[in-house]
Amino acid sequence: MATIDETKSAEGSDETPKYKVIGTRPIRHDGADKVTGRALYGADIKVKGMLYGAIHRSPHAHANIKSIDTSKAEALPGVRAVATSADLPEPGDKIAELGEGSVVLNHLSSNNLARTKVLYKGHSIAAVAADNIHIAREAASLIEVEYELLPPVLDVMEAMSDEAPVLNPDVRTEEVATGEKGDKPTNVAKRFLFEKGDIEKGFAEAKYVVEREFRTSTVHQGYIEPHVATVLWNNDGQITVWTPTQGTFSVRQQVAELLDVPLARVKVVPAEIGGGFGGKISVYLAPAAAVLSRKSGAPVQLVMDRADVLQATGPTPGSYIKIKMGVDAEGHLTAADAWMAYEAGGYPGAPIGAGAMCVFSCYDIPNGRVEGFDVCVNKPRTNAYRAPGATNAAFATEGVVDELCGKLGMSPIDFRLLNASKEGTRRIDGVVYPRVGLVETLEAIKESEHFKTPLTGKNQGRGIGSGFWFNAGLKSAVTATVNSDGSVGLLEGSTDIGGSRTAIAMQFAEAIGLAAEDIKPAVVDTDSVGYTDVTGGSRVTYATGWAAYEAAQDLKRQIIARSAELWDVDPAQVSYEDGHVIGPDKKACFKEIAVELSAGGEPLVGRGVSNHNEPGGAFGTHVVDVEVDPDTGKVDILRYTAAQDCGTAIHPAYVEGQIQGGAVQGIGWGLNEEYWYDKEGSMTNANFLDYRIPTCYDLPMIDAIIVEVPNPGHPYGVRGVGEVPIVPPPAALAAAIQDAVGVQMTELPMSPPRVLHELLKK
Amino acid sequence: MPRLFIPPLLRPFCAGEEEVIVEGATVLEAVQSLEQQHPGVMERLCPEGTLRSGMSVTVDQNVTPRGLAQKVSPESEIHFLPAIGGG
Repeated sequence: MATIDETKSAEGSDETPKYKVIGTRPIRHDGADKVTGRALYGADIKVKGMLYGAIHRSPHAHANIKSIDTSKAEALPGVRAVATSADLPEPGDKIAELGEGSVVLNHLSSNNLARTKVLYKGHSIAAVAADNIHIAREAASLIEVEYELLPPVLDVMEAMSDEAPVLNPDVRTEEVATGEKGDKPTNVAKRFLFEKGDIEKGFAEAKYVVEREFRTSTVHQGYIEPHVATVLWNNDGQITVWTPTQGTFSVRQQVAELLDVPLARVKVVPAEIGGGFGGKISVYLAPAAAVLSRKSGAPVQLVMDRADVLQATGPTPGSYIKIKMGVDAEGHLTAADAWMAYEAGGYPGAPIGAGAMCVFSCYDIPNGRVEGFDVCVNKPRTNAYRAPGATNAAFATEGVVDELCGKLGMSPIDFRLLNASKEGTRRIDGVVYPRVGLVETLEAIKESEHFKTPLTGKNQGRGIGSGFWFNAGLKSAVTATVNSDGSVGLLEGSTDIGGSRTAIAMQFAEAIGLAAEDIKPAVVDTDSVGYTDVTGGSRVTYATGWAAYEAAQDLKRQIIARSAELWDVDPAQVSYEDGHVIGPDKKACFKEIAVELSAGGEPLVGRGVSNHNEPGGAFGTHVVDVEVDPDTGKVDILRYTAAQDCGTAIHPAYVEGQIQGGAVQGIGWGLNEEYWYDKEGSMTNANFLDYRIPTCYDLPMIDAIIVEVPNPGHPYGVRGVGEVPIVPPPAALAAAIQDAVGVQMTELPMSPPRVLHELLKK
Repeated sequence: MPRLFIPPLLRPFCAGEEEVIVEGATVLEAVQSLEQQHPGVMERLCPEGTLRSGMSVTVDQNVTPRGLAQKVSPESEIHFLPAIGGG
């Protein structure tokens, strides 16, 4: 592991640490519970009198529902309630703004309990609550649904054709910039277009032009913990939801909207979360569990199994992408054109907007055009997955870039350094970058021991790839309560997926002048902290950390004012520096003054909120060495190094962990992971034996190089970290395979059969 | 004066312009200024004076959570882009 601090080297200040807490590696506050198995995850939640639920799911990928007969299930002894879509209010055409994105409530409601159609195999139709899970499952199997079968469409390009069966009769193609809609039902929900410069002129100026088509498969976030929701709809109308989620306030709003009850009547209590990666933002179970609880008068728990998770929760889209790029004789990009179609799944909402904005984000291109489409297919409704839409796009763009490098006879890293986006670069969608660190990540890789070490073996190859993600700001709230012994409890609404409790506590500790261990962070329910947007968009360390910083400033102001009163001096004569309050003739450390003020006056409580939106985009560059077995097409990873600009690494071990985790998920996406469907639209590999995510046995250590180009839009220079590292791996792997055995891979995953197929073609 | 960049699909309603110099101290005032120059465009960009669902406003490099109420300076760039979400 290594850290490159751009500011330190620029200022020559290596000898003087800038921070006391930031940049250190304290033990995480939730570590003991996690490693001893005492942490309470969703399925660990048990509520007195709890019933167990089961879902009846569609065996068909596409069908009209003609009738649902629940009578046999209701008659089974031990069954306490049955719910169908008839129990959910009709949301009409209302759209809910959920902080990070919006949702058409009719689609969300129908995705929870199908109304008139099923749009993918595994689509939830009815739910049962019973005395135990065995009765619940048996009852679910007794529900009889009469279907009118419809042909499924699984391929994004086929779904765009005029002959394709239409999934949603209410969907018309919307031109995103104008809001204008087509006049006939279609699977193409949205169309995006970005243009910059004169693309014809740009291609006319090019010496070399490369055009290629790429396809990527549907893949899942692959979190270990399945979805769980436990709900009590109390007799007084108050609803409590216990669930592992990336956003308690988002769940609260979704549940309230779908049940048509006031927000204040819903409380969401976060359980520990066993992975999310974007897939645990949308609700799947809580609305049905709430209805079952209302009907039965008891709390109800619904738990998915692995097949449910894979067949019915948000994967990230498969895609078709066509890229055309041109370069002049010196290697400068002159023009770029992209045509992109992303699968939305059963309901609109593919991350095509982000994909279209990311597709050329790593390059300074004077002339460009990007056209994108959001397309419904008979697969689960897609949801966010680390840097949604960007990995597909980078795979395509970087593939063409490498081919251009071959034509130019130029090294891929020097080509990228020549054309890299930097401060002042205007993207194709029009936005100009602030200070960003792509060049620094490229230089870090170029100077790495890995890159300087030559490959020596047969069928070995090396590839690089770069990627970008925007990051987000949004809203966060933190409350700091000072205890009578001077320790501090930090209440926050950001559920902790990747160690954010500690990263937030460290920023508070830095600001107030305490040690990270003096702070006790707690992720609390929606009644116990101010509104906080989802843990997503790589925003928590940036935004909730900023809220913690503000809470510390609030406490400092209070301490100064009350110390002045205590010491009978003018507040202007009192300051707070380096963990001490300092008066004209007195000085006390935080703990001393906190004890004194708490004993003699009102409690010390700090409040911090954040709604800043200067998250500073982030870039990463990866290099990978592979060896390809020419007889089987299997790709083994020999060495992997990832460099990423993270602004300022608050807790370097967590930054490294995010980089490593993201890279591993990108490797799985690149080499193995894919949804296999038969022609009827049934997923045939809905388990972790056949849906192949990489394990530690498949991979070497992922070396992480932390590049620190501080974000000017944050008190400590933080940039988001969690999403960028999933973007470059498939592209880097494709380049390495090409280098090893001379075949260009244009389809994901680059699994042994696909690689072997290309080798045999050669 | 702020520069309002016109999304390509909206350019036919703005005489093909890629960007327009507008007046105003907020994004909404900037759009109203654009409407004066190209009548009918506001109804498409932000009907009834509200940002359409699925759209976001970027001012000076950053997506603003304040939408049309975001203040702009004479040097500001204003972009209307798809609203995106992360994972």
